[in-house]
Amino acid sequence: MPDANASRATESSVPLMASVVLVNPVGLHARPSVKLTQCAKGFAARIELALSAEGPWTDAKSPVKVMRVKAPQGATLHFRVTGADGEAALAAVLALVRDGFGES
Amino acid sequence: MSEIHRSGRAASPGLAIGPVTVLTSAVARRTTTGDPAEEDAALRAAIERAVADTADLIARVQGEAADILEFQAAMLEDDALAEGAYDAISVGVAADHAWRSALDAEIAGYRSDEDEYFRARATDLVDIRDRVLAHLGGADKAAKITEGSIVAGDDISPSVFLGADWTRGGAIALAAGSPASHVAMLARARGAPMVVGLGPLSWNGPPPALALVDGDAGTVIFDPEPETRRQFEHRMAVASAARAIADAGRFDPAHTANGRRIAVLLNIAAPEDLAGLDPAICDGIGLVRTEFLFEASHGLPDEERQYAVYRRILDWAQGRPVTIRTLDAGGDKPIGGLTIRGESNPFLGLRGIRLSLARPEVFRVQLRALCRAAVHGDLKVMLPMIAVPAELERAGAMLDAEFAALGAEGIACARPPLGIMVEVPAAALRAADFDAAFYSIGSNDLTQYTMAAARDIGAVADLNDTGNPAVLELIARTVESGRARGVEVSLCGDAAADLRLTPALLATGLTVLSVAPVAVARLKAAIATVNS
Repeated sequence: MPDANASRATESSVPLMASVVLVNPVGLHARPSVKLTQCAKGFAARIELALSAEGPWTDAKSPVKVMRVKAPQGATLHFRVTGADGEAALAAVLALVRDGFGES
Repeated sequence: MSEIHRSGRAASPGLAIGPVTVLTSAVARRTTTGDPAEEDAALRAAIERAVADTADLIARVQGEAADILEFQAAMLEDDALAEGAYDAISVGVAADHAWRSALDAEIAGYRSDEDEYFRARATDLVDIRDRVLAHLGGADKAAKITEGSIVAGDDISPSVFLGADWTRGGAIALAAGSPASHVAMLARARGAPMVVGLGPLSWNGPPPALALVDGDAGTVIFDPEPETRRQFEHRMAVASAARAIADAGRFDPAHTANGRRIAVLLNIAAPEDLAGLDPAICDGIGLVRTEFLFEASHGLPDEERQYAVYRRILDWAQGRPVTIRTLDAGGDKPIGGLTIRGESNPFLGLRGIRLSLARPEVFRVQLRALCRAAVHGDLKVMLPMIAVPAELERAGAMLDAEFAALGAEGIACARPPLGIMVEVPAAALRAADFDAAFYSIGSNDLTQYTMAAARDIGAVADLNDTGNPAVLELIARTVESGRARGVEVSLCGDAAADLRLTPALLATGLTVLSVAPVAVARLKAAIATVNS
């Protein structure tokens, strides 16, 4: 089961953090990377992802950088979001990952 | 000129015959302007034009092809891809050289990845690289692929594939490549047979004129003799008639004409083989080869990595039985740092369980990972190349020890049932002597050891026949031993997918057959016609 422990923050300068397990069969590959970056680009907030809560953090709006992470299936993706629309952005990317990027 | 047999990995099913088009890459040279600002502008313009090309292509295709091109477009539009190139240009490097170096570094990163899926993305990056180079005037010239031809080469990019017409036949035979590549997905979607991993394709003299591609078995025959070609064309005719019928029933459990239920399992060589497959097409996985984990480039895999892979396969199976074979190195599968080099006859040497028992420190890691994975599904563990009961007993004692050690450490684990692969005639003759939880007949080696004929030595290949009564008798004896001891007997060699043998195999009493995913539908259809 995906574990999403979004911590709430009242100020936009404090990053929002959450983690979710990659459930789609071959991990964060080509199509999911494109979907994730497209989703992230829809928000003004700075959205970063990492394979560990300690980073290193990767810009979730760059498909080239997201692909370099080469996150396999079963990996836990950590998100760090900063910005005015951060809560909506975090909810959107978490939903996308949890949903297996809409892949069967 | 004699025919040339090559075998690799099946990447897209089906049979094809056609003239050979050899993919060549000739590098054109570009003269640099020598001005960093102009070189920078040249690269930006070339990338923009490459994005526009990709958009044009996207408009003309649908489905999977469009998804692949959208991925390429997203990568091209991302400034992060060219960052290194622009940096190099600013210090005086020519645009084409800077771009090629930056992309080659990116490609190398993909090629060295542990995950086959990510490795396969290297071809997409090559495609992106070459499309931009084409606009910089430094491109590798794309070969013209005539329709219906067998494309032979090192690897092929999605745009070269999409640039050709596959509606009138044709197939792909690659020295490198991967079943997880975008081209392999496209080939499966378009019905173009494809074989990868054939090894270096070099010809003494002119390249072959004609080739037969068997995308089910993963084999290619270049310049076939007339008789070989005639037989192949006959198989093509039979296959196309059978395909339509078979596809309709692939989700149904297999039954013979007289109602005997036959379990159809999958053979897989890596978890990537399961991508996009619905577990409902099979009754489980009859053979997971674990050699892929031990590829030389990565060194020996640790317990965590093995556990993660085994668990992924069990998760996919959703409770269906999964038989994982312990490392079967040696013979024709050398592994650097593990197998013995220079054995006079590697097939009769230190391979399979013999090697695992000789290298207990490596074997233990695999047994631990298997015990941990066993809590996540119906796992069975199979030992390859067993010849005498003592080998099973020693491996069983090691499994017990690792299971106990994990338990003592408080790590979740289960002791999976331990069975043997029956591929040495001695084991087939005396199967009842083994205290095995199941028998899985490895028909490839059982045939070659019984007939003393290798299938890759053309002059004796006709002797390498699983349908020979001697081999069938060994299979029948194993089935009988299984019945007497009340344990399951399955067959997981290539013979299971050879539909000419299906009646003979079912006549031995076998009720479990394990085949490559591509063969499931037609095997089920073939079973339905057998009265046995």
